Amino acid sequence: MTVDSLPQSSIPITSPLRPRFGFLTSTPIIAAATILLTLIVVISILAPLIAPHDPVQLAPSLRLKPASAQFLLGTDAYGRDLLSRVIYGGRISLLIGIGSAIFSVVIGLAIGLVSGFFKLIDSVMMRVMDGLMAMPSILLAIAVVSLSGASIWTVLIAITIPEVPRVARLVRSVVLSAREEPYVEAAISVGSSLPKIMWRHLMPNTIAPLIVQGTYVCASAILTEAILSFLGAGISPETPTWGNIMAEGRQYFQLKPTLIFWPGLLLSIAILSINLIGDAARDALDPRMKQREGK
Amino acid sequence: MLGYLIRRIFAAVPVMGVVALFVFLLLRLTPGDPAAILAGDNATPERLERIRTSLGLNEPLIVQFITWVNKLLHGDLGTSLISNLPVMKMIGQRVEPSISIALSTIILAVIVAVPLGVIAAWKHGTWIDRFVMGLSVLGFSVPVFVVGYVLIEVFAIDLRWVPVQGFKSISAGFGQFFERIILPTCALSFIYVALIARMTRAAMLDVLGEDYVRTARAKGINEVAVMLRHALRNAAVPVITVIGTGFALLIYGIAATESVFNIPGIGRLTVDAVLARDYPVIQAMILLTSLIYVVVNLLIDVAYTLLDPRIRY
Repeated sequence: MTVDSLPQSSIPITSPLRPRFGFLTSTPIIAAATILLTLIVVISILAPLIAPHDPVQLAPSLRLKPASAQFLLGTDAYGRDLLSRVIYGGRISLLIGIGSAIFSVVIGLAIGLVSGFFKLIDSVMMRVMDGLMAMPSILLAIAVVSLSGASIWTVLIAITIPEVPRVARLVRSVVLSAREEPYVEAAISVGSSLPKIMWRHLMPNTIAPLIVQGTYVCASAILTEAILSFLGAGISPETPTWGNIMAEGRQYFQLKPTLIFWPGLLLSIAILSINLIGDAARDALDPRMKQREGK
Repeated sequence: MLGYLIRRIFAAVPVMGVVALFVFLLLRLTPGDPAAILAGDNATPERLERIRTSLGLNEPLIVQFITWVNKLLHGDLGTSLISNLPVMKMIGQRVEPSISIALSTIILAVIVAVPLGVIAAWKHGTWIDRFVMGLSVLGFSVPVFVVGYVLIEVFAIDLRWVPVQGFKSISAGFGQFFERIILPTCALSFIYVALIARMTRAAMLDVLGEDYVRTARAKGINEVAVMLRHALRNAAVPVITVIGTGFALLIYGIAATESVFNIPGIGRLTVDAVLARDYPVIQAMILLTSLIYVVVNLLIDVAYTLLDPRIRY
């Protein structure tokens, strides 16, 4: 009998490597979130084409102008166009969000796979992770940034470090349960090499939970970046980020609250959309997680 | 029980050890001369030398670490590089507003969130449930400083119900204290309410499927009693846990909240320390907040055994 003559499986085989993205439009609210997020991403990418003015061009004579046909949202304390700044502001936020999600997933995956497999490394690694998790992420990030200076890389690293333990713990728990599965034992007994077992048999189990966790990391990184900027501990104030625009708007809040509300609104919409998509992804890709906990 | 408690306390020691090591190495392993980093760009050689002596940077790394940990264990968190005051004293002076806000936030959040979560689970699948869950996602997503400014705009500027910013000690009279603390508390509670409501709902849904809940209903006990006496009590453990882990959220929210409302608490102290590169203050804050986090979680683990007699160690 050749392999070709095997009967077709009646159960559709879905590969965890190819998750379906139908969940992005599963309910009207999720669809709206997907559209809004796509819109924000597109606007951010095309910022140089869309923004009506130069976001960093100082014009002292035009400071704190109200909304007008020339400046749709008015100007800030240095006469810069608020609309253009808000449009550019999304670039850093999204970059930090996506970058942090990718880095923390890759590093967390490596740590989780290894410590799920080697008992000795595990006990040391998990103590380190416990320690990292005990530190409030915002303070950790603040400490890193205050020492290394506020470039986009240090901010990215500072925000990623506290996210790694959560990803590593998640991967580790998946590996620990998958390790007991017959197919892994079989792979071990036929003498598959360790890297192969990890990559071919254990790693695919982690993909669905990691996509979900990645979206949450993305949302939380955007939030942390905004708070860092807002507190003055983020990327240098010349760069328009949503947090920086709000930080500058603080002094003029009673005079011109829109300096805080517009970037705040976009920031909130971006995080809200990502969280909603994350929830939908969790429900669609990882039914176990849905039952396990609240978030 | 006592044995468990001792084991748990010993398990917390390596966690704090990792935190201390991290904070210690962060300064020493950052590329460049740590003293120069802290002193800023145009520092005099005297100031560099003073920072080196103050932090013991001239000693070998291992000696530095042992001296530093030894001081920590004796309650000496170091001296500020800017004001030259002991960090412990600086924190002591600023701690009251932060503790007031943290405590009032926990109280408000629990009072609001637990009933919301219970109702959402009880009316599972209805519009009430969806409304609460929607509110909860919103709570996770809208940053605390955005909420803070919206509250100021509405209640302090438009309606003029409360002062815009500032803080008055409770010793200045409860009325003055209360009207200044109410907005920051509401702002900070937002995310905490979201977290607790979500967890309460999830825990309640788990429990509502249990046989004893069906039995209680079958006996004809009224729904309110079923929810509160049979379901909520059994759902308490995860809810209490999330109140503890949410503590981390609270700590990070406090820095932003204090900036928005111009409150001279330890969050503001930390932010000022960052702007002035006053590393001893920053490291002390990380150590203290981590310690609080570890202790709170320890207390919660212990509380389990009191809340749930099924959990035995």
